[in-house]
Amino acid sequence: MSKIGVFICHCGENINGTVDCHKVAEEIAKVEGVEYALDYKYMCSDPGQTLIKQAIKEKGLDGVVVGSCSPRMHEPTFRRACAEAGLNPYLCEMANLREHCSWVHEKGEATTQKAIDLVKSLVEKVKRNKPLVNIEVPVTKKALVIGGGIAGIQASLDIANAGHKVILIEKDPSIGGHMSQLSETFPTLDCSQCILTPRMVEVAQHPNITLYTYAELEGLEGFIGNFKASIRLKAKSIDEKLCTGCGLCTTKCPNKKIPSEFNAGLGTRTAIYVPFPQAVPNKPVIDKEHCTYYQKGKCRVCEKFCPTGAITFNQEDRIITEEIGAVVITTGFNVLKTDYFPEYGYGKYKDVINGLQFERLASASGPTYGEIRRPSDGKIPQKIVFIACAGSRDPAKGIPYCSKICCMYTAKHAMLYQHKVHGGESYVFYMDIRAAGKNYDEFVRRAIEEDGVNYVRGRVARVYEKDGKLIVKGVDTLLGAKPVEIEADMVVLATAGIANKGAEQLAQKLHVSYDSYNFFAEAHPKLKPVETNTAGIFLAGACQSPKDIPETVGMASGAAVKVAGLFSQDKLVREPLIAVVNRSAPPIFSTCVGCFMCQTACPYQAIEREEIKNRNGEIIKTVAKINPGLCQGCGTCVAFCRSKSIDIQGYSNEQVYAEVMALLNN
Amino acid sequence: MRIGFYPGCSLNGTSREYNESVKALAKAFDLDLAEIKDWNCCGATAAHSVNKDLSLSLPARILALAEQQGFEEIVVPCASCYNRLSVVQHELTHDEALKQCVTDILEIPYNGTVKILNVVQMIEKYMQDKIEEKIVHPFSHSVACYYGCLLVRPHNILQFDRLEDPQSMDTLMTKIGATPIDWAFKTECCGAGLSVSRTDLVAKLSGNILKDAADRNAKAVIVACPMCHSNLDMRRPAINSYLTKPVDIPVLYITQAIGLAIGISPKELGIERHFVTVNLN
Amino acid sequence: MENSESIPVRLLKQTGVDVTHCYQCGKCTAGCVLASEMDYPSSYVMRLLQTDDRENYQQVLHSNAIWLCLNCENCIARCPMEIDIPKIMDYLRAESLKAGYVNKKAKPVVAFHRAFLDSIKYTGRLYEVGLVAGFKARTFRITQDLKVAPVMYLKGKLNLMPEMVKDLGKIKSIFSKTVNNKNRENK
Repeated sequence: MSKIGVFICHCGENINGTVDCHKVAEEIAKVEGVEYALDYKYMCSDPGQTLIKQAIKEKGLDGVVVGSCSPRMHEPTFRRACAEAGLNPYLCEMANLREHCSWVHEKGEATTQKAIDLVKSLVEKVKRNKPLVNIEVPVTKKALVIGGGIAGIQASLDIANAGHKVILIEKDPSIGGHMSQLSETFPTLDCSQCILTPRMVEVAQHPNITLYTYAELEGLEGFIGNFKASIRLKAKSIDEKLCTGCGLCTTKCPNKKIPSEFNAGLGTRTAIYVPFPQAVPNKPVIDKEHCTYYQKGKCRVCEKFCPTGAITFNQEDRIITEEIGAVVITTGFNVLKTDYFPEYGYGKYKDVINGLQFERLASASGPTYGEIRRPSDGKIPQKIVFIACAGSRDPAKGIPYCSKICCMYTAKHAMLYQHKVHGGESYVFYMDIRAAGKNYDEFVRRAIEEDGVNYVRGRVARVYEKDGKLIVKGVDTLLGAKPVEIEADMVVLATAGIANKGAEQLAQKLHVSYDSYNFFAEAHPKLKPVETNTAGIFLAGACQSPKDIPETVGMASGAAVKVAGLFSQDKLVREPLIAVVNRSAPPIFSTCVGCFMCQTACPYQAIEREEIKNRNGEIIKTVAKINPGLCQGCGTCVAFCRSKSIDIQGYSNEQVYAEVMALLNN
Repeated sequence: MRIGFYPGCSLNGTSREYNESVKALAKAFDLDLAEIKDWNCCGATAAHSVNKDLSLSLPARILALAEQQGFEEIVVPCASCYNRLSVVQHELTHDEALKQCVTDILEIPYNGTVKILNVVQMIEKYMQDKIEEKIVHPFSHSVACYYGCLLVRPHNILQFDRLEDPQSMDTLMTKIGATPIDWAFKTECCGAGLSVSRTDLVAKLSGNILKDAADRNAKAVIVACPMCHSNLDMRRPAINSYLTKPVDIPVLYITQAIGLAIGISPKELGIERHFVTVNLN
Repeated sequence: MENSESIPVRLLKQTGVDVTHCYQCGKCTAGCVLASEMDYPSSYVMRLLQTDDRENYQQVLHSNAIWLCLNCENCIARCPMEIDIPKIMDYLRAESLKAGYVNKKAKPVVAFHRAFLDSIKYTGRLYEVGLVAGFKARTFRITQDLKVAPVMYLKGKLNLMPEMVKDLGKIKSIFSKTVNNKNRENK
């Protein structure tokens, strides 16, 4: 016979104001199996908890029901109190008399009756509760950071400085990402590479960080604290131990006309190349797709000139595996190219460029050494037009969102232009100005008030070329929708921020959710910005949505702390409210028939196949097994199982049925 | 295979040469074009500007007649008629209530099964592959292909070529030896139905079009719409008073250009009916 | 009887176009070939309709812009919100006629449309001579295109006699059930 203690909380006037708590306690005391029932003003308070503990000891209770607020508030509180009194915490349940009753009804008989019914149903459930023990899972204290831009660099440094090992992988030959391509950053006009490169070097030299560039994630298996990552190290065709980074090979390569990715297509590079002079690691790679030797079997000039014999042709990709405990995704984003815009020329006008290309023109390490020059004829543009919202906020083009950073970088570009081309005229066609960060609005005002940039509110319908000039047909909506035509020498489109190529495939490899734009999904838009729905995988930076550098760095540090928190425990403790496939004595072993519908249904890939063997090692049957580290207790498999072989601990079919029947029989 | 032919009001009157050149080309390529019997005016701009039901019923009658007369496809050389017929067919296909309402007005059955082709699509489908072997006088001039507004818009309904910088006529002209120029006014409206009521605006809009073509050294403007031709050709005196420098570039229908290239006589193509003299070598 | 529903809601019901989607970017005006001739360019018209204000709505019906609009569809081709401005323009034109509000400067344009439709009503196909005559009668522009007509005739492009549709009864019936039907709600 059960001996259940029921404790009804007044919660001040929150519950007692509408529900007659004393009556509830009285009525519940009459129920079979209830040994002790009382009501009290604040059950969660110290004296309240003491009442529960005393009752457990004095009355020998084997189950507790607290009728009070939502379990989301105080379930841990009451379970801890029971544990301290020697009762298994999973024999304690809460009936929600506040959010589910007193807060949503008027005072009266019916409300009190509902409270009584709710408590009765939980009493029936607790009669069938079994004591449960928390699950412990070991933790590998090594993190994998995917993506070597500023987000990845910051996250790696923070985790490494907290004393844990980090593997940082980057698919390009150097770390640095888009931030290394910028000339100056807003709102301070700091030189981007000057603030970035010290961090890049720190990463390369940090004893806790292992850096793999020209590498990509091949696959990821496992679960939180216990992942196994396979990483593809693409063949660089260089022996890194011998290469000194002297760069002689890059000057001798005859294949010089390959469009440079680092210069956003505006400059060229050789087939054996270092992407930029401050690259980390500062060692070249051979681009197999453009190298004359790999494509046609001739040349090998670089090999002849290399003083240390570091060039190693016919190197193959290598796959390595690493055991890791947590993953941080920092793969960043990209921007649309000009060929996306039919009304701006389908990309055929050389002097219509996007924001990233303008950064390369303005950058001292760019194809024009920091001078703003037209890509078509090298002349300095005297009139330049910046078009904001090119592709963003544009449902017709499939991108309804705002890319957040363009208003700021357009102001920056216009200012840089005015600083470098004295007497030049610049125009910015905008819809709104989104400058919400610290010192951001002052920055934009500076562009307008001090640097003389002409801001025109309206969008541009089209741009076409005539006699070497670009005719821009826009409008000034603040002047009653007056058409405005400008003959410009150069047009810069602030194109939309989009997910990187390969983002979808990576998300699927990691089993991480992503949205229809292929941006990775955070676990909760407000309260869990750096976590994903997959335990143990975190994210930071623009791979989640376009954002600026301060936000990216903030998120990266946030993700690092989550990883450090995870690694601060030797074992991960998890609630045992998970699904279990039944096991019984031979010859049945389990009622599971091995159909594995549960495996296809499970959203968390938590179900494995277990072979049950006899003493000779022969397989008798293959049944489903739930991985206690991955299972989230959602119950999907329980609903799918046709033989009723799966049940959830703490929410078994029997328990839930008893709860429901208790409510119906009243 | 018999293909239906809907000339529309302009082809029988003010744009007679377009009619002649389409028929001449059809003969040269053994295309059997049969005029839809008892066709009516599609209503053009006037109908949809004044009354929605009228603007749906007039084209619907034409399509219903074409169905009744057993045509699977019809060729509509006039871009305005092509646009009206296609848009009405699309609207009636996607709105059952509207289709019912129009059928009640017409009192004849309408199923929306006829495929509507514009003149460029007709050439692409039935003539394109055989053009090169028939060329006698390559049309070796630089030309400005002018599409006008109604051939490519609204794009989601017409699904023809592309919205900005279309290429279908350019491709055909290249096939007959011409050099189509890259210019900025391919799809900017010529002034359309304001030809009579606001000739001044037509002069301005068509003037801008011709000026750009002339600036880029085009020797002819190629069109596929009788309204555009009329505005660019017949209204030339008004255009030239608007422009500071008069332009004498001739305007040819694409059917005429192809006809000349494959050796059909200018007379058969109605070239002499133009207002602006056509003297290309 | 006061119309209790808002102007944007009414427009949505009658035309299927939601003017509240317009965020006044102005791309339509920037690409409109006649924007500089209009009293209210297209994005301005959208704003007047969005405000759900009776006076603003009257301004639109009174405007020159709705009659100058060529329905060339450049605006909807470029609109980021894919708002069917030509459809709204058609609706506004019909409303303007129903309310008897046509802008003085637009009278020749309306006269042309009416003369065009009259010609079709009687013959089923356009009769150019009848069209121009009708236009001149409505506008008193007696000398309109006087120089052009003889040249057209000599070039064989002007038919002196109209072409008639055989089933004229059907044409008349279409007209009586649509344009000339006072009871018919313009859907």
